[in-house]
Amino acid sequence: MPDALRSEAPKTQSFTLNFGPQHPAAHGVLRLILEMDGEVVERADPHIGLLHRGTEKLIEYKTYLQAIPYFDRLDYVSPMPQEHAFALAVEKLLELEIPIRAKYIRVLFSEITRILNHLLNITTMAIDVGAITPLLWGFEEREILMGFYERVSGARMHAAYFRPGGVQKDLPAGLAEDIMAFANRFPKVIDDLEGLLTENRIFKQRTVNIGAMNAEQALDWGFTGPMLRASNVAWDLRRAQPYEVYDQMDFLVPVGKNGDCYDRYLVRIEEMRQSVRIIKQCLQQMPEGLVKVKNYKITTPPRAEMKTSMEALIHHFKLYTEGYHVPKGETYTAVEAPKGEFGVYLVSDGSNRPYRCKIRPPSFAFLQAFDLMSKGHMLADVPSIIGSLDIVFGEIDR
Amino acid sequence: MPNRKLEDLGSLIAEEIGMDILSWSIAYNELMMTVERSSIQRVLTYLRDSESLQFAQLIDVCGVDYLGREPRFDVVYHLLSLVYNQRIRLKVEVEEGMPVPSVTSVYSSANWWEREAFDLYGIPFDDHPDLRRILTDYGFEGHPLRKDFPLTGYVEVRYDEEQKRVVYEPVKLPQAFRTFDFESPWEGMEFAVQTLKPKDNQSIKESS
Repeated sequence: MPDALRSEAPKTQSFTLNFGPQHPAAHGVLRLILEMDGEVVERADPHIGLLHRGTEKLIEYKTYLQAIPYFDRLDYVSPMPQEHAFALAVEKLLELEIPIRAKYIRVLFSEITRILNHLLNITTMAIDVGAITPLLWGFEEREILMGFYERVSGARMHAAYFRPGGVQKDLPAGLAEDIMAFANRFPKVIDDLEGLLTENRIFKQRTVNIGAMNAEQALDWGFTGPMLRASNVAWDLRRAQPYEVYDQMDFLVPVGKNGDCYDRYLVRIEEMRQSVRIIKQCLQQMPEGLVKVKNYKITTPPRAEMKTSMEALIHHFKLYTEGYHVPKGETYTAVEAPKGEFGVYLVSDGSNRPYRCKIRPPSFAFLQAFDLMSKGHMLADVPSIIGSLDIVFGEIDR
Repeated sequence: MPNRKLEDLGSLIAEEIGMDILSWSIAYNELMMTVERSSIQRVLTYLRDSESLQFAQLIDVCGVDYLGREPRFDVVYHLLSLVYNQRIRLKVEVEEGMPVPSVTSVYSSANWWEREAFDLYGIPFDDHPDLRRILTDYGFEGHPLRKDFPLTGYVEVRYDEEQKRVVYEPVKLPQAFRTFDFESPWEGMEFAVQTLKPKDNQSIKESS
């Protein structure tokens, strides 16, 4: 269709359009330089870095424990899986095996975060193409999920909950039941959202065959997560390289066929349903027990013990000043974050601070292919494509 | 999906293109190879196209600064083979100012990763189609992730009400950034690592 449009239109001079950085459909501080031929995008040059805070540099100057909160602030709509990647990397270098209950809690909250993230992405993508109601419905549920975050960690978003050695605290009383009640109720909400969008004529007109990537292109451009699966590549780190207790979970990996904006939406919808299944299984299977390793060189002793034991007090003090030392070595550890493969390349020189901590954000790769995806499409398709990419600038700019 | 050991993968690659591989090792169940700088394009093309490897994705490219070492920088490539479900890490050692051949022609995704390494570490890439800065500010000077670049930077930015524009000024801090030397003679790393394993097993027993 775009080619036909171009040949029929009268010859116009191409001009440059500045999209963003303060544009509501840019999903953050994205500045796009669009070279337009009439209404058709000829070339897109995303300018990023407007939210660059030097996270990797800062982490090099902090102890391993102090580095955790920076990960919440990368992709600020899915904080915990990012802490997860860092915690797993540190645990790998420490050769640490965490208690089984901590693994279940991590999986449970990773999946809660996946719903949290997909709800935001699907509904904001819908608002970009003109549907307002899904956002109102979706954010109501996000509020509940952030309530779970708050009850478990004390913070609604920047949780700092997954730490090397386990998780910070056990689930408070009653939380498991409330999450279960949510998981039982939530599929109805997905149905409602789907009722508004999946067969919606306007939504389909704005997303079907827009920004399509075939499997080969998606691999070449380093796509991961729902973006890769929408292009019909069945690849999910939870299945292929299972970490924690994902190998004991029964879930399906949805794939799309065409790799367009609509398929990405469908994949995310189905992933939310699968996340609900995993949440239920976690809650049913979760054993009692410790939630962090009982090694006071790595994790803090219980508060009560600190009141009576000198040894415990010293450990607490040393952990929060010097921190622990991580043996010399390097690792690349990745998790299936809601957006895709979130990896941490951690180099340790044996001191109490990371020597290098390269963060591999999934949406960096998505935005990189934006030029390819938007070429030949109309200007009005640009917000649909950006919406379907699921980009957050906290992690792209770092 | 074939279940191939990393050792076999390493020796397979070393057999096929041994002259381009300077050394290889396995640590933490991850395979790492050091590659000759000039042959990185050839190695990546081989890894991508070989039927028995099929590293279809270049996951990440990044720089690492080992200040005081010769050569100073590492460029690190992470590859993923979806068919064989294996990862590999390639390293190219490079001196300051020495260009590395760009692999954008092999993997399109290398484009921005290489721009980032150039921006943050000042590692130039030969034949890169568009080697501009990517993460730092327009007109930024220096390469912020180098170890000799101060954490606080050199300039700070503010909006000047009189000039009605954003101005750059040298960094003025009421107190310089303090890095505390917490390294104490208190039970250091060796001790922590020694105590690690037995106690973990204990904790697992208690929890299960």
